[in-house]
Amino acid sequence: MRKRNLVIWISLLVALVLQIVPLPTQVDVYRPDWVLVVLAYWSMALPHRVNVGVAFLTGVAMDVLVGTTLGIHSFGLSICVYILAANYQRLRNYSVWQQAIIIGLLSALYHLLTFWVQHLLTDIYFRVDYLWPVVTSMVLWPWVFWLLRRTRRQFSIS
Amino acid sequence: MDTIFTRGPSLNIRLTLALVLSVTLIFVDHKMDGFKSTRVYLNSLMSPLQYIANLPGLMLSESAQRLTSQEQLLAENQKLNNQLLLMSEKLQQFEVIAKENAQLRELLQAPVRLASKKMVAELMAVDKNPYSQQVVINKGAIDGVYLSQPVIDDNGVVGQVMEVGSTNSRVLLIADVTHAIPVRSLRNDIRFIATGSGALNELYLEHVPHSVDIQEGDTLISSGLGKVFPEGYPVATVKQVVRDESRPFARVIATPLANLDRLRHLLLLWGAEGEPELDTDEKASKPADNEEESSDA
Repeated sequence: MRKRNLVIWISLLVALVLQIVPLPTQVDVYRPDWVLVVLAYWSMALPHRVNVGVAFLTGVAMDVLVGTTLGIHSFGLSICVYILAANYQRLRNYSVWQQAIIIGLLSALYHLLTFWVQHLLTDIYFRVDYLWPVVTSMVLWPWVFWLLRRTRRQFSIS
Repeated sequence: MDTIFTRGPSLNIRLTLALVLSVTLIFVDHKMDGFKSTRVYLNSLMSPLQYIANLPGLMLSESAQRLTSQEQLLAENQKLNNQLLLMSEKLQQFEVIAKENAQLRELLQAPVRLASKKMVAELMAVDKNPYSQQVVINKGAIDGVYLSQPVIDDNGVVGQVMEVGSTNSRVLLIADVTHAIPVRSLRNDIRFIATGSGALNELYLEHVPHSVDIQEGDTLISSGLGKVFPEGYPVATVKQVVRDESRPFARVIATPLANLDRLRHLLLLWGAEGEPELDTDEKASKPADNEEESSDA
């Protein structure tokens, strides 16, 4: 039980690290939403263990790491994970590619939500560049799905 | 085991709770600034992750250093030697001028500016948040870094410290939309306020009347009026002046002199007027001592 929870937390920590690894500015725009994708997998696979609470905590951690006002990312992640956890039975039956489209939509929602909240706080402007992660997250999803399913089966987490 | 008894509160209630909590957090953090002290602990708690994230880059640059050939090293050495010679020549002149300046200021009975403490910091991470321009440096409260401390690099002003952790701190760059710095033109001492544009290579000068004498290529230096940045550090050069009479003000775009997109080594400055209370107390006690001495005499 302990060990299984540990695997989930380690995967989230790795995602957080990947989210903040310094990259050259040209590539940086295309950085996928690692945290969202990993959270999405766990909330679809184990919706009773990983859901809104975990998303909220991860969001706060991300706010501290990224340096935004506390609560912005936890707001966005909570809503996205709620949608996944509420519809997990239907989403599990989709093929990986259909799931990727859902992930893309969620990623777009996540970015628009965080933009909107930050727009209320400071006057920032929207650029279409900010939506590149939607595409890269979609591309990333099948690989993360495969990798995390293997680890989940390896450690027989259920 | 997933029974109805082990589930806890329903998903809807969880979501409501999380959202209410998030909004409270946002409100308390942004509007009331209620996490100033907590943020230090949170940052310290999260700093291991930042160090881990920084590792690949560190290893790359280290291996690159090891693999540099002797030729390259020699060339670099030559270049640095030349630079040193030029710099020391300038320094010789500078010392004379500084002395002269101090004498002149004494004659004018203006306060003599003292050399301030400096510290080199290294860049740890650049922020992934596209809406704000911040970097993380590897010096924190342990090294005496304080809130809104000025940070420069070898070309000009970079920004100011916005959050202090115990071993690292976060620097808000001058190009951030929420940042503004008082500057003046080096050519004719006209004062401006340069606000960030959100893009790393642009600053806007606010509320510049059409009649103001400002040209492309003018150098802007910090004026020291905001009491955050010390006076006289180069900030930006004017890139473009658009005098469109249909607008109330001229549109002036400047380019920061510091290479904000390729920062590596930064310099933290002490001794600006916005220093923490501990040091100002010391400063305040000094003139008092002098007064006592003069009254004794």
